[in-house]
Amino acid sequence: MSKKCTVPFSGTKEQESELRSALSLLKNKEGALMEALQTAQGIYGYLPKEVQEIVAEEFGVSLAEVYGVATFYSQFSLMPKGKYKIGVCLGTACYVKGSGDVLAQVEKLLGVSAGEVTPDGRFSIDATRCIGCCGLAPVMTVNDDVYGRITADGVAAILAKYKD
Amino acid sequence: MVNLKINGIDVSVPEGSTILEAARAAGIRIPTLCYMKEINAIGACRICMVEVKGARSMVAACVYPVAEGMEVTTDSDKVIAARKTTLELILSDHNRSCLSCSRNLNCELQALSKEYGCDATRFSGAVTETEKDLSTDYLVRDNSKCILCRRCVAACKAQEVSVIGAVNRGFSTQIACAFGEDLAHSPCVACGQCINVCPTGALHEKEEIDDVKAALADPEKVVIVACAPAVRAGIGEEFGYPVGTNVEGKLVTALKRLGFDKVFDVNFAADMTIMEEATELIERIEEGGKLPLITSCSPGWIRYMEFYYPELIGNVSSCKSPQQMFGALVKTYYAEKNDIDPKNIFVVSIMPCVAKKFEKTRDYENASGYPDIDASLTTRELAKLIKEKGIMFNLLPDGQMDNPMGEFSGAGVIFGATGGVMEAALRTAVEKITGETIGKLDFTEVRGTAGIKEACYAVGGMNVKVAVASGLSNAKELCEKIKKGEADYQFVEIMCCPGGCVNGGGQPILDTYTRREVDYKALRAKALYDEDQAKTIRKSHENPVVKDIYEHYLGKPGSHKAHEILHTKYVKRKKYE
Amino acid sequence: MDVKKLEQIKARALKNMGPRAVETDYGKERTVLVCGGTGCTSGHSRKILEEFKRRVAEEKLDVKVIMTGCFGLCALGPIVVVYPEGAFYAQMTEDHVAEVVEEHLKKGNVVKHLLYKETVSEDGGIKPLGETNFYKKQHRVALRNCGRINPENIEEYIAFDGYKALAKALTEMSGEEVIGVIKASGLRGRGGAGFPTGLKWEFTKKAAGDKKFVACNADEGDPGAFMDRSVLEGDPHAVIEAMAIAAYAVGSDQGYVYVRAEYPIAVERLKIAIGQAREYGLLGKNILGTDFCFDIDIRLGAGAFVCGEETALMTSIEGKRGEPRPRPPFPANKGLFGKPTLLNNVETYANVAQIILNGADWFASMGTEKSKGTKVFALGGKIAHTGLVEVPMGTTLREIIYEIGGGIPDGKAFKAAQTGGPSGGCIPASLIDTKIDYDSLTAIGSMMGSGGLIVMNEDNCMVDIAKFFLEFTVDESCGKCTPCRIGTKRLLEMLTKVTEGKATEEDLDKMEELCHYIKANALCGLGQTAPNPVLSTLRYFRSEYEAHVKEKRCPAGVCKKLLRYEIDKEKCIGCTACARQCPVGAITGTLKNPHEIDQNKCIKCGACQEKCKFGAISKK
Repeated sequence: MSKKCTVPFSGTKEQESELRSALSLLKNKEGALMEALQTAQGIYGYLPKEVQEIVAEEFGVSLAEVYGVATFYSQFSLMPKGKYKIGVCLGTACYVKGSGDVLAQVEKLLGVSAGEVTPDGRFSIDATRCIGCCGLAPVMTVNDDVYGRITADGVAAILAKYKD
Repeated sequence: MVNLKINGIDVSVPEGSTILEAARAAGIRIPTLCYMKEINAIGACRICMVEVKGARSMVAACVYPVAEGMEVTTDSDKVIAARKTTLELILSDHNRSCLSCSRNLNCELQALSKEYGCDATRFSGAVTETEKDLSTDYLVRDNSKCILCRRCVAACKAQEVSVIGAVNRGFSTQIACAFGEDLAHSPCVACGQCINVCPTGALHEKEEIDDVKAALADPEKVVIVACAPAVRAGIGEEFGYPVGTNVEGKLVTALKRLGFDKVFDVNFAADMTIMEEATELIERIEEGGKLPLITSCSPGWIRYMEFYYPELIGNVSSCKSPQQMFGALVKTYYAEKNDIDPKNIFVVSIMPCVAKKFEKTRDYENASGYPDIDASLTTRELAKLIKEKGIMFNLLPDGQMDNPMGEFSGAGVIFGATGGVMEAALRTAVEKITGETIGKLDFTEVRGTAGIKEACYAVGGMNVKVAVASGLSNAKELCEKIKKGEADYQFVEIMCCPGGCVNGGGQPILDTYTRREVDYKALRAKALYDEDQAKTIRKSHENPVVKDIYEHYLGKPGSHKAHEILHTKYVKRKKYE
Repeated sequence: MDVKKLEQIKARALKNMGPRAVETDYGKERTVLVCGGTGCTSGHSRKILEEFKRRVAEEKLDVKVIMTGCFGLCALGPIVVVYPEGAFYAQMTEDHVAEVVEEHLKKGNVVKHLLYKETVSEDGGIKPLGETNFYKKQHRVALRNCGRINPENIEEYIAFDGYKALAKALTEMSGEEVIGVIKASGLRGRGGAGFPTGLKWEFTKKAAGDKKFVACNADEGDPGAFMDRSVLEGDPHAVIEAMAIAAYAVGSDQGYVYVRAEYPIAVERLKIAIGQAREYGLLGKNILGTDFCFDIDIRLGAGAFVCGEETALMTSIEGKRGEPRPRPPFPANKGLFGKPTLLNNVETYANVAQIILNGADWFASMGTEKSKGTKVFALGGKIAHTGLVEVPMGTTLREIIYEIGGGIPDGKAFKAAQTGGPSGGCIPASLIDTKIDYDSLTAIGSMMGSGGLIVMNEDNCMVDIAKFFLEFTVDESCGKCTPCRIGTKRLLEMLTKVTEGKATEEDLDKMEELCHYIKANALCGLGQTAPNPVLSTLRYFRSEYEAHVKEKRCPAGVCKKLLRYEIDKEKCIGCTACARQCPVGAITGTLKNPHEIDQNKCIKCGACQEKCKFGAISKK
């Protein structure tokens, strides 16, 4: 149940002051907690405890409340993402065209499951909802690159493009 | 008024009423689980579903407003079947070790399951993965029994701390602290209000019964027990007495039969607290000390202040709480007088409180060199022990407290209700300041269950402005005022639990229906005020034992020795580590 | 900004738009439109756009290159349309740009081999797009500007009567009159349940309160649905204008658009559009010189399907866990921050300005008796033309699938269509002539939903499909109420038993009972409709369930646990290829002797079958 992050926090002073100044504007706006978390995730890439504490403190709410919001929405991440974020669309169109096999292949090749990061921090895998490229189904993404009409066999070639 | 029909019965209720309230008015009970009036009307558990003619699906009676001409059915086969399925689904994700559960036979889920003839195994499948949280000295959280009614979350939020909340979503939803941390690593104030509202055994105090039994069985130990004022007004409920019955006499007998060597009373220590605190107040007023002075009897409040308002540490009285003063005096004054090595004394306090379990482990709470208090049982734990020992509580004759520390004034008794400490302190402080005997002992302005009470008294040519708050949301309001310098009070009483100790987190658990129907805070408080009224000695400074202790042991209130034994220190606490 | 100025801008903008402005008489000016919808963007249409711009600049051609919103035919993306001919280039790549520039833009010769085949007539001429099967039966109201204007240029919106409806409302109509027109038009909410829009507006107007909000639900989360996204990407001002009209009608000065964060392009265009509207004095204080003030704030979702439910959406805008709350009170009385709130979805708003301009009768002349106007559908699944279509209500499923959608590819048979996403149901082939509107879909156990339309063929197992949707709901359940949190979970577990051949016939009855319980008892629309995919497949495909249960067989050959791969001893020559391919070592045999599959070890991955060159391995 516990969602402790195993990667040590390495936030910088600059990041903290960027966050605090963004929060000082947001906290007077009604109902802006989610926006605050989105901003924080934009700065740090994820929402570790240290960051959520800053948000809780600035907004004058309890950490449990912030954490409750952070764990409700699937886009908030308590773990850092890989350098290359792989997304395999499991939306209906992709699913009926075999994206489940694609995901299985990605997991097999990288040795980690959806929602995880490879130990070297290079790749993270996410099973995503429909990303709206149903015409290209099945679809997988690596960061901003979209690969459509792929097969499980084609996965290795795609991953090979992200060597460094 | 709105007119509607429930199960064919005509009923008129005020506009804005819910179907649940209208049904009550018509003499029809609709079961509830998640609902708590005002603080948790979320329509989540779906046990209160009823049919409304013309509505698309069934509706939750606890939140559905009545409308003119509405026709409601609460007892159709469809409704009953739905409630049964809801319960069976809950049971399918519930740790059903009911026989060994702390809430066996006092569990709302169990009672409803029986009422609806549920088949606990009709649905089966994955169960939520949970871990027991045993991290604190005072409270156990067992999510395997949690039904996600969120009453605890509402209670925690009402106390303005919100250390627990819903996390994750869907089937993975759980009630937890941030980042799944244990409670010991959260700014929980230990009030235990969550326990009192939990319908099942997911929350309970960390029991110390075994420690007490071991001490009682140890021939080396002199085992001394004392009850807090609110215990006598609550424990009767565990034995079938109506809410608000004072069972002090039977309680004393029961404790003696349990084998305690001495049965004293924390009320005595409450009188001591007044002596010290009134002195501190007068000193601060006369010498221009930090005002307002804020009471320190409630360990939940103290913990809250240390976490959330450490800037007020200087305002809080340095007096130990009555529990701690009691233990400290037993292991110093009483030990000396009776020539007992404090090492061999085991002091048990019976408390309406779970925070007391934490308080006894604080630093600076060991006047004799040994912990002032060795074990602190809740009212509920004592009842359990009495039952286990086969003591037929209801048939017991009234007993007498032992001397000397079983002697107390009416002022000590009312500590258990919000405003009681204030009133007790005023009785003493006014006489001390004016040097005159006051005629009217009842300071009714500070009585009652209102969240915040204010009053102003003319005392010897000056105006003493006081405020009383119970429940941390009210405490927060006062703290904010004080912090901002907007308050001109001289003396403030703060109790952590709404209504004061009579509604403490260690008191007997009332089911949600009783909590709604009965003004239990006021009734329990009345039992204490009645006892005060009947007492001949109603002022702490007139308690002969108190006088004797100052005369022969401590010197005068506020003396160096008194400070060593009866005063403590506070620390600023970090919310998260 | 005032009405007169708006007209001046319109005149100027129309002129600038050249051939796109007057469809019957394409001007002379050559214009290249590149689709900038999410589908085409994923196909790198931005690079195509840049490439066109680069070459046009390099060659100093007098050609405008413009990015537009979605054309609808996503299956053929990236799409490029060149005016004045209206040549529709499909599946473009960067490499094709040179040829189009060289041949078409410079010499005026349409590059026929790159055109969408249907637009090339038998005699070799170009057919107008409107005459192709895909577009012929469509009627574009909500999507009218998509693929026509540059969504990042407010003047192009104004050119096509943009903000004219707002001007009309503010200067010629009272709030009541606006509501009257919307009511009379028969417009119903396009987000799901189809509540009459005008009534909603009226309730909000009549609600007591000094502060009111107007909100737009752009949290389109149904898997396979992208109607709202396309509108926001292709015509964001249509939504802004409609929200302003709504705000004027109900008496609000603050709007919120709640958009999925998964729609970055839509968010970006919306931001640009709001900025431009403010700049042009069409949002903000004293709009069009009147007393009316209104502004819009964007709030981003963060990945929770349930936030498409109106009360959850508002809780989410308030920055909390997006858990629905009981109704009543309805948002019209007590919505955002406890204030009366009008909430409509994107497509609903996209119709509003047209209704105000053309009148209620015009709108009501389209559609069926109780469902007026048009509806946008996102076609997906086993269909040739995956993409976005807008048809009058009452169009049959057959027309959509076979005429507009181009039918089922690979000669496979149509089996079912799923509408309404996880809240909807599966419509069997026997009901393919159903006229689609709110009530007919509800009557056959599905629902309109937001407009996702997923087509399934003979290779799809309906139990598996029901399970897929239920998995989605279980995953997206907020966890607040018992029926949804535990009920759907138990339902999914039972369904899984069916797909694994472990269920009994009693289980099917128990499932059905649980479905009805969840429908009647769940707190919000998500939970109440969660059993629909199961109920509708049980209703129309019960025999398929029974095959799983009684015969332990998946007729479509999808449910892995029920599959069995076998080697035909007659055909197997013992080449060992399959044994080497098998990831779990389930195949044994010696060289040149028939091999065998250990069924206990086999994980049914099918790798052996693909490897076998002799057709010796079959799936049973």
